Amino acid sequence: MNKGMMKYIGKRLAISAATLFVIILVLFLMLKLMPGTPFNDEKLTEAQLAVLMAKYGLDKPIMVQFWNYLRNMLTGDFGVSYVINKNMNISQLVGSAMGISFRLGVMATILGTVIGILLGIVAALNKNTWIDSVSTIISVIGVSIPSFVFALLLVYLLGARWRLFPTQYSSSKPFTSSIIPVIALSMSVIANVARFTRTEMISVLGSDYMILAKAKGLDQRTLIFKHALRNSLIPVITILGPIMVNIMTGTMVVEKICGIPGLGKLLISSIQQNDYNVTLACSFLYAVMYIIIVLVIDVLYGIIDPRIRLGKGD
Amino acid sequence: MDELKDIEFLPDDFEFVHNQDIMKDEVMPDVPFWLDVWRRFKKNKGAVIGAVVIIFVIIMAIFMPMLSSYKFDAINSSEANMTPCSLHWFGTDNFGRDLWVRTWTGTRVSLIVAFAAIAIDVVVGVTYGMISGYFGGMVDQVMQRIQEILNSIPTLVVLTLLMTVLEASLTTIIFALMFTEWIGMSRITRAQVLQIKEEEFVLASRTLGASSFFIIFKEILPNIYSQLIVMSMMSIPNAIFYEAYLSFVGLGLTVPNASLGVLINDGFTYFLSYPHMVAIPVIVLGALMLSFNLFGDGLRDALDPTMKEM
Repeated sequence: MNKGMMKYIGKRLAISAATLFVIILVLFLMLKLMPGTPFNDEKLTEAQLAVLMAKYGLDKPIMVQFWNYLRNMLTGDFGVSYVINKNMNISQLVGSAMGISFRLGVMATILGTVIGILLGIVAALNKNTWIDSVSTIISVIGVSIPSFVFALLLVYLLGARWRLFPTQYSSSKPFTSSIIPVIALSMSVIANVARFTRTEMISVLGSDYMILAKAKGLDQRTLIFKHALRNSLIPVITILGPIMVNIMTGTMVVEKICGIPGLGKLLISSIQQNDYNVTLACSFLYAVMYIIIVLVIDVLYGIIDPRIRLGKGD
Repeated sequence: MDELKDIEFLPDDFEFVHNQDIMKDEVMPDVPFWLDVWRRFKKNKGAVIGAVVIIFVIIMAIFMPMLSSYKFDAINSSEANMTPCSLHWFGTDNFGRDLWVRTWTGTRVSLIVAFAAIAIDVVVGVTYGMISGYFGGMVDQVMQRIQEILNSIPTLVVLTLLMTVLEASLTTIIFALMFTEWIGMSRITRAQVLQIKEEEFVLASRTLGASSFFIIFKEILPNIYSQLIVMSMMSIPNAIFYEAYLSFVGLGLTVPNASLGVLINDGFTYFLSYPHMVAIPVIVLGALMLSFNLFGDGLRDALDPTMKEM
């Protein structure tokens, strides 16, 4: 761990912390600007209202309130839900939802990456043949068409028409009922990874060290998996960021379509039922997840490729 | 080299490809830039198909609502939930509203949102990128940190939070979309400005006493037009998608208004009994997004063949 690396990681951490601060500030301002008080639909006298305000710390100066809010958000205390699950702690509510969304996202990422890499390799090895064209078409479709379109299509065909898988998620059959959403979510991953792997593989396959490796008499399998693929995969890490964003956006809508009780569905129902606290908590968690993912990817890439952290090419 | 010994060459093994006077120089005719772009663009089949689909959809979206005898929000409960037939080409929804008119009106609204949002994004992004890249130093440092922080907040969260506070309407949706896509524009502009401002023609202009304003708008901006056009074309599908997303989540426009997102959300409720209600807007949405991507790709390669893989 040298000095440049430390400086790079430090800078990334500072940016992430600043982002987090900005988000919490925005959320706090939104809470303050929301019309009405949290207690407006109960018949309260002035004195009772004052007691409630004091209980929740709403009578303190705004800076103190913000400080408390900041501390609460960072420690995972998001307050209580007002509508969806009256008076239930939001951290409990989002905890289980996040688990389901996270599992779904990870499954889609893994499935998509594996298929995408294979598709990319096959396309690169059969460059300019019909196999390559098919792979390109799959990539273009996967990149351009949002995942909820695939979800609708799969629910209709696999679920309703052919009855292969359940159309709606059920906790009793977590595996079979996640197949449709996972496939739908992984389409964009497949497309992105395949396109990128193909481009990288083609440039690596034409490099001098591949000719050397071939000249040494290595067999095709070692050549592709040990030499070409490894070097092609390093840059693929850079697109993991956009991929995660795609999946996170995708889960929101796909969760609604497939009835999965995840973070996205919770966010949507909180919006529809005006449960501000839950909306803010879900948005906050989405932002935090995103910040962490981007941070990890940036640091990882800085370790792998020194040119990035030095901030210049070559 | 052993096998070469067995080869015998016959007199007619080789032939002239064509009779060409190699002493004469063949000069390509001088063609204007846009004609050159058009020639390269034509060669890309996907991009041409994309362009045709986009033009077709735009024409339909402009004229179909005018030509039809139905109104997009006219309720006729005696004709509810009809499947496509000669009277209603795309069927009707659960209130008997004609889906043919609703689909094209909705497409029109979605396209207006997308084009308006991207146009504003370009202006904001280019201005930001120009200032940051051209002036450099402390200004650049501060502006880049601000940009990085904003860029670290997922679009989805920005849109959700903004639309939770704002009343959903065409203007507010355009306003919300403006917040998210300009960053990409500003990044490209800045990178280009950093590169171009070191070029000799800029130095020459400065030596002749040109102001910063002149250099930015007359020397640098014309050189990044093509990148900006391509970037905008690539951003339009995003804007279309986010509009649909907002409606689907319940933060965008709502029935009886029509937009692709509203139609998809509305049709989704009766999805399993009347699949055509959701299928039609989804197909239009998918076709539009795909076409804009293909078109943008083709345009990028045609405008600057050296710019592949931006």
